[in-house]
Amino acid sequence: MGLFDRFKSALTKTKDVLRTDVRDLLKAGVILDEEKLEEFHRGLIHTDMGVTAAGAIVDELREKFGGRTVEPDKVWAVVKDKLKEILRGEGDCRWDLDDPLSPLKLADSGPTAILVCGVNGVGKTTSIAKLANFLQRAGKTVVLAAGDTFRAAAVEQLTMWSERLGCEIVTKPSGADPAAVAFEGCDRAAETGADIVIIDTAGRLQTHQNLMQELGKIHRVIGKRLPGAPQESLLVLDATTGQNGLSQASKFSEAAQCTGIVLAKLDGTAKGGVVVAIRQQMGIPVKYVGLGEQIGDLALFSPDDFVDALFADV
Amino acid sequence: MFESITQSLTDAIGTMTRGRLTESNIRDGMRKVRQALLEADVNYDVAKSFTDRVTEQAVGDQVLKSLKPEQQIVGIVYQELVNLMGPAESGIDLRRGEMTVLMMCGLQGSGKTTTCGKLARMLREQGAKPMLVAADLQRPAAIEQLKVIGEQIDVPVYSEPPSESTPVKVCTNGRKEANKQGCDVLILDTAGRLHVDDELMGELTRIDNKLMPHQALLVCDAMTGQDAVNSAKSFNEALELDGVILTKLDGDTRGGAALSVKAVTGVPIKFIGVGEQLDRLEPFYADRMAQRILGHGDVATLLETAQRVLDQEEMAAQQEKMLAGKFTLDDFLKAMSQIKKLGSMGGLLKMLPGGGQMAQAMEAMDGADPDRDLGRVEAMIRSMTLDERQNPDRIDRSRRNRIARGSGTDPAEVHDLLKQFDGMAGMMQQMAGLSKKDQLRQVQAMQKEMVNPGASIHRKKERSKRGPTDKNVIKDRRKQERKRAKDARKKNRRRR
Repeated sequence: MGLFDRFKSALTKTKDVLRTDVRDLLKAGVILDEEKLEEFHRGLIHTDMGVTAAGAIVDELREKFGGRTVEPDKVWAVVKDKLKEILRGEGDCRWDLDDPLSPLKLADSGPTAILVCGVNGVGKTTSIAKLANFLQRAGKTVVLAAGDTFRAAAVEQLTMWSERLGCEIVTKPSGADPAAVAFEGCDRAAETGADIVIIDTAGRLQTHQNLMQELGKIHRVIGKRLPGAPQESLLVLDATTGQNGLSQASKFSEAAQCTGIVLAKLDGTAKGGVVVAIRQQMGIPVKYVGLGEQIGDLALFSPDDFVDALFADV
Repeated sequence: MFESITQSLTDAIGTMTRGRLTESNIRDGMRKVRQALLEADVNYDVAKSFTDRVTEQAVGDQVLKSLKPEQQIVGIVYQELVNLMGPAESGIDLRRGEMTVLMMCGLQGSGKTTTCGKLARMLREQGAKPMLVAADLQRPAAIEQLKVIGEQIDVPVYSEPPSESTPVKVCTNGRKEANKQGCDVLILDTAGRLHVDDELMGELTRIDNKLMPHQALLVCDAMTGQDAVNSAKSFNEALELDGVILTKLDGDTRGGAALSVKAVTGVPIKFIGVGEQLDRLEPFYADRMAQRILGHGDVATLLETAQRVLDQEEMAAQQEKMLAGKFTLDDFLKAMSQIKKLGSMGGLLKMLPGGGQMAQAMEAMDGADPDRDLGRVEAMIRSMTLDERQNPDRIDRSRRNRIARGSGTDPAEVHDLLKQFDGMAGMMQQMAGLSKKDQLRQVQAMQKEMVNPGASIHRKKERSKRGPTDKNVIKDRRKQERKRAKDARKKNRRRR
């Protein structure tokens, strides 16, 4: 199954919502009145993209087509362009399908550190395993640092993955300082000459200030061992998350200077539309998407494919 | 939780009630309410029908011509919120003389395993003998996680190696084992699954058919967006859910999922998870939640928690000491640790009427973190010798400097603490001599003081009982005395 198809199948549900509600009302020769726009608004809200982003799109439609008889193709082009424009941003992130590592900023010399954080239960550990697998297939050597010393059995979970992947892992007993684990992980990577070290952190709600400070400390400590690191600080976001995703993105960025998002669990009916709002308001790009529970179910994010798959057969 | 939705609702209702209330500004306001609900992830259709219902009731003549229309509107919103989320039947009915089987299900990462532990702990506190069954054979180390939790709360956990078993087998064997050990509640921790994964949903139905759980509970992440309703619907179709447990409500989620799930599926919300620790599970009450959403606080839950976690004897002993005027810094420390058991100060404030705004105001002011302040106070008291704690008067400048160094604070802070404590102790002594009614009045006055920022409790200087203490009165009296003396002198002179 090609990447494009995967996107398509993962996003069928999203597309369905938009198609059934909107295509019908935007048929050729239909007058686009307030009632129709309202229904369109409803469809957009259902993707979780947020009141602001949805409102902006509806406003643009109202301005361009309001009260006129519309042709669906034209309207779709406007919506697609608008969404792509928002997601692509101002060229600060590349998604080159031929080079799976293109969205990542790698260190010029020495190991690259990737810090992974997020709230509880979004799939951080699984995403790390997938990412490690992804990087290994691209010919990189990977070291994992099991920084989740809080949750019961989290270290075991990552250790199991490392055994399956055959990569090195640095662990400390439960309750140890996660920053120490991160430091040792960087240390090990530098010693063994590994290309990339991925640091796991415990899930934390963005409102718990002491935990966010702990995250800030981890970030600082990594920079102490490897100057300029972490090159990437990835926030794992659950695609089912609603508008709270915005708060997550802003608070985690404050503590760990997030450089990108891994959008996990996109294989459900959830739309993950909140990334549109995040990109719009905070400029943090989506770098990878998780499309299933298997280790290979991680794909490069691509705004064009994302949006095209969303409206593929309209 | 719910701060932002509370804020936006208050704003929206505020705009409605400012100036004359007309049909058009009610409609305007309700549009804002709808916007607020959508921003809080309330399902689109639920938000729409909610505002439609409120508008319909609010624009009637009865409301507009009533004495206080704005209060009527708040009342309607409150009632509709309660209708939306309730009626909630919280708590779990345990069968007598028979094993109660509870099945937990939900999406990945919603917090099932942790919630299993919390539920087991709660049931055990209520006198049941629960057993946990690790039926999650999917996620690596899920079984270990449940085992660790079981150890923490001292509840047996039944598990089988994932390679040689199936979820159905683990559950049936778990029931046999529970019978053998004499447990009366069986909690099944199933694997997280997507509601569109037909294969795994089928497995869930098979467990359901085989074990006939008395209650099937859906664990739902409160941060979920519009999709919450879809997954709840699918799980409900597959299992006929008996209840929903909302988790992660301790974040800054606006909890719209809470408002939608009940409305769309009709499945009541039973519990809410409000923290990672295993005792952070609360029963859900629609009316209390509605009060919290409207910023009216939730004193009922606060009192219940207080009764549960506070050491009653300790409290009684302290009260006695307070009334006897023998309250020392040591007691103050004990009282503080009791209060800490109730949760963070910010959380406590939000449970009080109007406290939410106060907490927000404090957050807005930089550095006014009540929890941190409490920590500093604790450090200062712990840096005092036992003797100093009993007799704070003994603390002179040198001791004060030592305490400040020991606790990492400023001598001025130690001074402030002592002054505050002095004021408090004095007031308590005063109160000890008052009647119950006057005591109440004093407490109210104290509360008023506390709202006033920058205020501290001052002990009034003690004056002699002979005369009024007011400065002007004293001045007047002295003046009169001087005059009288002068007149007397004059009189005496004339006589000569």
